[in-house]
Amino acid sequence: MPKNVNIKKVLVIGSGPIVIGQAAEFDYAGTQACRSLKEEGVEVVLVNSNPATIMTDKEIADEVYIEPLTVPALEEIIRKEKPDSVLPTLGGQAGLNLGMELAESGFLKEHGVKLIGTTAETIFKAEDRQAFKDTMEKIGEPCAASQVVHNVNDGIRFTNTIGYPVVLRPAYTLGGSGGGIAHNEQELIDILTNGLRLSRVGEVLVERCIAGWKEIEYEVMRDAMGNCITVCNMENIDPVGVHTGDSIVVAPSQTLGDKEYQMLRTSALNIISELNITGGCNVQYALKPDSFEYCVIEVNPRVSRSSALASKATGYPIAKVAAKIALGYTLDEIKNAITGKTYASFEPMLDYCVVKLPRLPFDKFITAKRTLTTQMKATGEVMSICSNFEGALMKAVRSLEQHVDSLIAYDFDLLTDEQLEKELEIVDDRRIFCIAEALRRGVSYEKIHEITQIDIWFIDKLAVIVEMEQMLKSQPLTVELLKEAKRIEFPDSVIAKLTGQTEEEIKQMRYTNGITAVYKMVDTCAAEFEAETPYYYSVFGGENEAVGTKTRKKVLVLGSGPIRIGQGIEFDYCSVHSTWAFKKEGFETIIINNNPETVSTDFDVADKLYFEPLTPEDVENIVNIEKPDGAVVQFGGQTAIKLTESLMKMGVPIYGTKAEDVDAAEDRELFDQILEQTKIPRAAGGTVFTAEEAKEVANRLGYPVLVRPSYVLGGQGMKIAYNDEEIQEFIDIINQIAQDHPILVDKYLQGKEIEVDAVCDGTDILIPGIMEHIERTGVHSGDSISVYPAPTISEEIQEILVDYTKRLAQALHVVGLINIQFIVMDGEVYVIEVNPRSSRTVPYISKVTGIPIVDLATKVMIGKTLNGMGYPVGLAQKAEYIAIKMPVFSFEKLRGAEISLGPEMKSTGECLGIAKGFDEALYKAFLGAGVVLPKHKQMIMTVKDADKPEAVDVAKRFAALGYKIYATRSTAKFLNAHGVEALRVNKITQESPNVMDLILGHKIDLVIDTPTQGNGDKSRDGFLIRRNAIETGVYCITAMDTANALASSLETAEKTLTPVDISKIGNCYPEK
Amino acid sequence: MKAFLILEDGTVFEGISIGAEREVISEIVFNTSMTGYLEVLTDPSYAGQAVVMTYPLIGNYGITPDMESEKPWADGYIVRELSRIPSNFRSNGTIQDFLKKYGIPGIMGIDTRALTRILRDKGTMNGMITTNENYNLSTVIPLLKAYRTGNVVDKVTCTEKIVLEGKGKKVALMDFGAKKNIARSLHQRGCQVTIYPAHTTAEEILAAKPDGIMLSNGPGDPAECTEIIRELKKLYSSDVPIFAICLGHQLMALAMGASTHKLKYGHRGGNHPVKDLETGRVYISSQNHGYVVDTDQMDSNIVKPAFINVNDKTNEGLSYIGKNIFTVQFHPEACPGPQDSAYLFDRFIEMMGGKE
Repeated sequence: MPKNVNIKKVLVIGSGPIVIGQAAEFDYAGTQACRSLKEEGVEVVLVNSNPATIMTDKEIADEVYIEPLTVPALEEIIRKEKPDSVLPTLGGQAGLNLGMELAESGFLKEHGVKLIGTTAETIFKAEDRQAFKDTMEKIGEPCAASQVVHNVNDGIRFTNTIGYPVVLRPAYTLGGSGGGIAHNEQELIDILTNGLRLSRVGEVLVERCIAGWKEIEYEVMRDAMGNCITVCNMENIDPVGVHTGDSIVVAPSQTLGDKEYQMLRTSALNIISELNITGGCNVQYALKPDSFEYCVIEVNPRVSRSSALASKATGYPIAKVAAKIALGYTLDEIKNAITGKTYASFEPMLDYCVVKLPRLPFDKFITAKRTLTTQMKATGEVMSICSNFEGALMKAVRSLEQHVDSLIAYDFDLLTDEQLEKELEIVDDRRIFCIAEALRRGVSYEKIHEITQIDIWFIDKLAVIVEMEQMLKSQPLTVELLKEAKRIEFPDSVIAKLTGQTEEEIKQMRYTNGITAVYKMVDTCAAEFEAETPYYYSVFGGENEAVGTKTRKKVLVLGSGPIRIGQGIEFDYCSVHSTWAFKKEGFETIIINNNPETVSTDFDVADKLYFEPLTPEDVENIVNIEKPDGAVVQFGGQTAIKLTESLMKMGVPIYGTKAEDVDAAEDRELFDQILEQTKIPRAAGGTVFTAEEAKEVANRLGYPVLVRPSYVLGGQGMKIAYNDEEIQEFIDIINQIAQDHPILVDKYLQGKEIEVDAVCDGTDILIPGIMEHIERTGVHSGDSISVYPAPTISEEIQEILVDYTKRLAQALHVVGLINIQFIVMDGEVYVIEVNPRSSRTVPYISKVTGIPIVDLATKVMIGKTLNGMGYPVGLAQKAEYIAIKMPVFSFEKLRGAEISLGPEMKSTGECLGIAKGFDEALYKAFLGAGVVLPKHKQMIMTVKDADKPEAVDVAKRFAALGYKIYATRSTAKFLNAHGVEALRVNKITQESPNVMDLILGHKIDLVIDTPTQGNGDKSRDGFLIRRNAIETGVYCITAMDTANALASSLETAEKTLTPVDISKIGNCYPEK
Repeated sequence: MKAFLILEDGTVFEGISIGAEREVISEIVFNTSMTGYLEVLTDPSYAGQAVVMTYPLIGNYGITPDMESEKPWADGYIVRELSRIPSNFRSNGTIQDFLKKYGIPGIMGIDTRALTRILRDKGTMNGMITTNENYNLSTVIPLLKAYRTGNVVDKVTCTEKIVLEGKGKKVALMDFGAKKNIARSLHQRGCQVTIYPAHTTAEEILAAKPDGIMLSNGPGDPAECTEIIRELKKLYSSDVPIFAICLGHQLMALAMGASTHKLKYGHRGGNHPVKDLETGRVYISSQNHGYVVDTDQMDSNIVKPAFINVNDKTNEGLSYIGKNIFTVQFHPEACPGPQDSAYLFDRFIEMMGGKE
């Protein structure tokens, strides 16, 4: 069927801020789909509140709205842009829910707009628990015995008929939010209560527990003619019970015979056909390990995290094909872009094995519960490809960048046999390492299987790795043994450690004996057809297919690895834009990255894609073949920066700022010299290695002090210490991982925090804009509300900021990007830190100023000047809009995580509010972050003594907005004494009704709780109040500045909001 | 023990011997299925060929009851890696033991992707699997070049008539090397299936008054089956509904004046899209064939194309004008592979006047 010519203008809904369960995969899918639509001559209107995405670039869509993803905002955009169609299947659950609401309310019909990609009826059938169950029953597809309940009593009644344990799944939530497994009535009540609240429709499915069954997924495509195919299937190594987003996943399935494989495949096709889905769909199954019995777990009638993984695992661009199907094409009309010969109506065949590992945030949230359940906790993931499972797993492990490069980790060797067996029962992110230790001690496969339910086949593969460890330890390293160790991807560093040799010796032995990595192509067809798209993975042994072409200048772009808190999608944005800029300049571009969720690993972004770990050894193997003219490390976050030294040793020149200058910014002593030379003040401080030294420095400076390791991103391990005990605690935590660099201890100055990104061509600088944080210093910049243009700084200060930026950029010989954070206190400007690389704010500031920062930074690296490109130098003219970046958190997904803000970053994503005026922008930013207030106009305040005077003003503002204020004893007393009416409530430990009853009563809009410093213990009142507020869905603020901002926003809440098309911003600048 | 795979172009792969240690010369073909290695090994259509599995991890679920005939027919087996333990609730042994038991020689540990690329670029060729380290290329290559698969249908067909009782339509299944699931698919639909040796005469079959005739898949070059082709001409004239798969499809086409030619490297796997030319629908099919029917030389009054391959546009099915005969190149019986086209068995039953 040819394209539907009535579709001329399509509104694409993005997925909003990155949260756990909804991450970069939707930027990848959305970007691919928008490009696919534009390719067909369709005008694309894009709406997404997330400014860090590539899809919100004006190159990707025709009209771009970075607006809150709410029904009113979308309605306003539809009225303004008058699209003929809405495509809701690319924006994850958020996009799907919005599309559904627009359709259900009749708004779309009224405005003559069609849902394309899928119908409201299909969404309903797939997403509504009862409708889904009925549909499956109709076509004879088994589901686990289940019932939809709307209250706790019904849940208990039903469970009593099917027996414990049961799985609870709230309807219409993301990443399984609020779900879980209940083993007894108390757990049932707890989880169900929470799940009912989180579900958009107050519905939870209570289901027979099939934990322990194999979890298998199929990615299916279908067109309007009814043609359907499966793109691939995937097997979760972790059996049912762990969310697939947190599971170790392998593609294709490994332990299924053709009978099981085809049985489930046929079922998946039946389901997609019955649901009448046009586009992509994900079907999840539980398969009983000892029979052919299976259950359909769920269906996602849209692109998903799994579909991004499947696309990267097979080379089949699901989102692109889904977009073409939405326009009316059939699968046999769409060309397979990888082969250029075959069509989208075929099934990819893999001749390799793919392993995905989740990236979990427990290094950031040390108090959070590590156990993995049906509620997703991972912030990101890595994928790796190899011709054997062991190799793929080993590569994935080191791709995670968690200081672990083999299965020997996490000190399981220190446990007694008994403790180890107990540990095996714990389902968390360290389970495979625990199994490895059990295998080392000779625990039988059967025993391990009995405890973990993991298939014996996978246990045997772990055993292969463990046996190799033992052989390397106990046998002389022969060429044959080395070859075998490399075949299963043991890195040289691990072989060196186990054999007692140096890494260099291992490398030399490899080179002498010709044991080097070769590269194979991901071609969708197991070599049956010649592929045109160079997308590679490494193996040891065999033929090399990657030809080191040499016609043009060649640049290596290093990606940023898995998405983790502190290093998110922003860096992928930068890597991709840099790649595009190099392409435009005539370079051959090569990307190395291992994150399947991102745009950078889409096979058509760079000229060549290497899907590999980002370690020196893995990169060197590629360098040996490609021999690039240079590498760019500025855009890939800390992952890429860390590779600088190794690249230089390999003889690869670094484009842009030199390694020694990067060092000068990170190395305390060198940086102090720079500051002295440039005469720029900073907070006094010192460098230390031990707690004793730290205490000495702290006492010399006077508390509070800021403690942090060097060379990290996202303020990892950064804390404000108020006394010696806290110093001891923080330094101990930092030193759990051996530090190559000293720890920094600085006097903590509480002032206004300012952030600047600039492009420097070696002589001149261009500052697109100055950003000011709403929160005072002490809150990590990534977690602060950031305002552009800086609203409260004077002309005078502004000049100082520009001057300091220029001095620093010149002193550090920056060529490319520089990011600087300043404190402004009592009319003085101090430097906090300087990062001679791209930063988290680059995408946002590029979009709101219309200055293509990464593009310019890339071009200056290859010798162009700002002047030469027609750009002004110094501070660019302010845009006519106020743009406010709001951090977004995923605390509700992480049981036990401390939510109070501090110098260590905790947010997972961000959204933007953009408007002509400050108040409207701020209101939009809060809306975008999901803060839709007021509801009940009741709030709770409990603030530390130092904040009490400020709390009075805050309380007054909320009271004026009509809020009833509850406060704990001392806060209430203080407020009442200062003329604000506040009702006193009991602390948690006191009798009911106390603060907890209020929160759980669902009548509270907001909790303002500023914590006393220090990590403290988890039983403290403040911690419990904050956790309970978050888990009950109550918005919780932990800084007075944020509270004031929210008050400002609510004071203007009634006004209508005007959508801003950001693709029209900055058109005053020259076309590059 | 070391093993070597020597191709007729002189390429040598060194690996490890699996299965029987004897030497074998055969045609080397590759199959891209990711599951179903046992069905592939026991598919009689592989008689005269050694199979390369492009999926690198083979044997993961061991030996299950899913054999498509009584024994493995492939001449040799070429894999990247065999799982050292099988894991599946139905597994009753390892593929290593299975190959040994049936005396199938094989090689593992070679770069199967590199081998596949050679076969793709240069076309299917002959090769030798040997454990003799002192092979001499100059003597081996002429042997390889001289090797011909020959008429292998005789080797794989049943020797006596077999009847599967059923209450429904009576189907005569001509066994040119039939996979078990053809008979099973018909039997499950209630048919009484009589399986005949390949060289049964048309007269004998027609004398049994079947409601329909099923022509099976099978190995080798269809043009060499001259006797069978002669009998099929008679069946064509009989007005008994006929459904044919793979070799059966080719033989019927040859019987009616078409010609066949050998594809460069064949279609073997479970992912090939075929398009029903009448409805425009595309199905993913299971395939295993080296030869294909040339449609351009067919008499358009006798026969018309019913299916084509979406990838290379080769013929995938024929429908005989004015006759109750349709034939497909792909495998609706799957095993291994997608079951999307199993509905064709229902269509056959309808052709015989039975219920859908």
